[in-house]
Amino acid sequence: MRLLPTAGPARVLVVALLGTLGVIAGTFALDPYRNYQLALVAAYLCATAGLTVLVGLSGQLSLGHSALMAAGGYGYALTASALADAPGVARVLAGLVGAVMVSGAVGLLLGLAGARLHGPYLAGLTLTLVVALPAVASTVPGLGGDQGVRAPLERVPDALDRVIALEQWHAWVATAVAAAVLGTLHVLARGRTGLRMRAVRDDATAAALAGIAPDRTKVLAFVVASTAAGLGGAVLVLVTQSVTPGGYGLATSLLLLVAVVVGGLGSLAGAAVGAVLVVLLPWLVATLVDALPVPDELAQRLDGNLALLVFGLALVVLMAAAPAGVVGTWRAARARRTARRTAGTDPSTSAHHEGSHR
Amino acid sequence: MDRFVFLVGGGVARGTVLALFALSLVLIWRAARIVNFAAGAMAVVAAYVAVGVAQATGGWWWGALAGVVAGGLLGAAVERGLMRYATTPLGGVILAIGLVMVLQSALGIVAGPQHVPVAPPVSDQPWSLGGVPVGSPYDVLVVAVALGLMLGLRLLFTRTTLGLRLRASAFAPEVSRLLGVRVARMRTVAWALASAVAALAALLLLPTELGLNPHATDVLFVLAFTVAVVGGLDSPGGALVGGIGVGVLMSLVTGYLGAGVTPIAVLALLVVVLLVRPQGLVAGVEARRA
Repeated sequence: MRLLPTAGPARVLVVALLGTLGVIAGTFALDPYRNYQLALVAAYLCATAGLTVLVGLSGQLSLGHSALMAAGGYGYALTASALADAPGVARVLAGLVGAVMVSGAVGLLLGLAGARLHGPYLAGLTLTLVVALPAVASTVPGLGGDQGVRAPLERVPDALDRVIALEQWHAWVATAVAAAVLGTLHVLARGRTGLRMRAVRDDATAAALAGIAPDRTKVLAFVVASTAAGLGGAVLVLVTQSVTPGGYGLATSLLLLVAVVVGGLGSLAGAAVGAVLVVLLPWLVATLVDALPVPDELAQRLDGNLALLVFGLALVVLMAAAPAGVVGTWRAARARRTARRTAGTDPSTSAHHEGSHR
Repeated sequence: MDRFVFLVGGGVARGTVLALFALSLVLIWRAARIVNFAAGAMAVVAAYVAVGVAQATGGWWWGALAGVVAGGLLGAAVERGLMRYATTPLGGVILAIGLVMVLQSALGIVAGPQHVPVAPPVSDQPWSLGGVPVGSPYDVLVVAVALGLMLGLRLLFTRTTLGLRLRASAFAPEVSRLLGVRVARMRTVAWALASAVAALAALLLLPTELGLNPHATDVLFVLAFTVAVVGGLDSPGGALVGGIGVGVLMSLVTGYLGAGVTPIAVLALLVVVLLVRPQGLVAGVEARRA
């Protein structure tokens, strides 16, 4: 019995719509703070999903993804502020377009540089970008220096005003954006583009002989990933009403990297696991520290640092012991179980899973 | 003109520190084909040891010695315990990033976020030459120590058996192993050597900065990476030339355009060099892979 279209973009569209509706229905069961956290998870999910495609499929490492989020955030905030008199939904859409354009342009520049560079050089270049972000914000007029740029508060549309709270509306918008990003990335990664990216990652020369343009494929991967990160940054600004360079420092970039490694490089489901961890673990650790009877000064030192310590240990241990990440390891275990049960009658399913989620 | 001379003098002193730190990156790159993204965090750990020992004994030099030894031990430990697991270049970078997070957050918990001021061992008040400030005794000490160390390393690599083994295992690991060189041990030695050099570079930089805190070397690492790329990651000579060049450029940009613009200048320099001459300005032997 098949209720869904079997394959292709149509199926992805249906799944994304159903998923969005499911999450939107779920928001009614959450209190405002949980809805706020849900919106944050959706924002970081956009960024981690793009990053996991970039690192996992195209083999390019970006340590500057927080700067790309910031680029999208500035694009959103500047566009939305310029249209302060426009109706709410139109302003949000225009802001998202602005975010896509700014982050896409920055991503294109980085991608052009990255296509000529290998591993550590691209990582170093993107690292320098993050470190230079506060200086850029202070030097370029209109970006507001350390104070950043404020974005107008998006209120609940009148038709829904009696039904839902502000945080819930933000969570709805964030979920819709994340679903659009995930759907697009899924179609790209599963389709011809993803195949090209994997071919270029594994052997650029062989890919070029097979008629793939390695440079164009790498640049495309970078633009796609930075646009996704920019949309994530835009959602973050929508929820918090401001963008500052301090909010997108090196620590944020490294957290995004941890998220995709913990989830499993190249896996969108892994990116979702990672995004939830990035939002919830620091909050859980802070709650735990508050509950413990420790002196104030120690609590202050533990705040923030303890979560980073846990993330760093997770990154090291996972990279050394289980490079496939949580989702990849689980899939491999399931594939082994399946293979054992069918005893070699149908190895194609397990091979398919292992091959497509590296 | 006075200001120009003063800025260039300060830039040369700062540039030799950058060159020293970049040299540490070059040593590890040549030995293991890994850019050690954890170099900054490892040097900060060594600097905390150095400052602790200096405060306990009252002698800056005892502290510096302890810091360098701690840096070397940490380098060997990281290579033995962690970098062995790096099977791909990407994996090596990610492992190093994880180490940065662990070291910096652990230091943040143990030592706290405040800046510990570090006093220089000799005066850092600039001499005046006909009314023009032209570098301080501390600048001279920094340049002398850095250049002396680089000369020592050059002698080590070109004149001793250990240096020959180090070079052999870096350039032809399989052949070296056949000839009885313990390649794995040589790689550990290279990491220890490079980390000790980085620790010393961080110690030389600290008195001219705000002070010691867990993130004190973040910018130093970014600058040293730029230097290593400008000079060529394979070239120790390039690290020295690139270090002094970048140091003077940064000093001039800071002096004439303001400290806020400096990171943008670094970014612009890195982008231009990577796009125009990705093999580095000095080295030009082989195309970059990995």
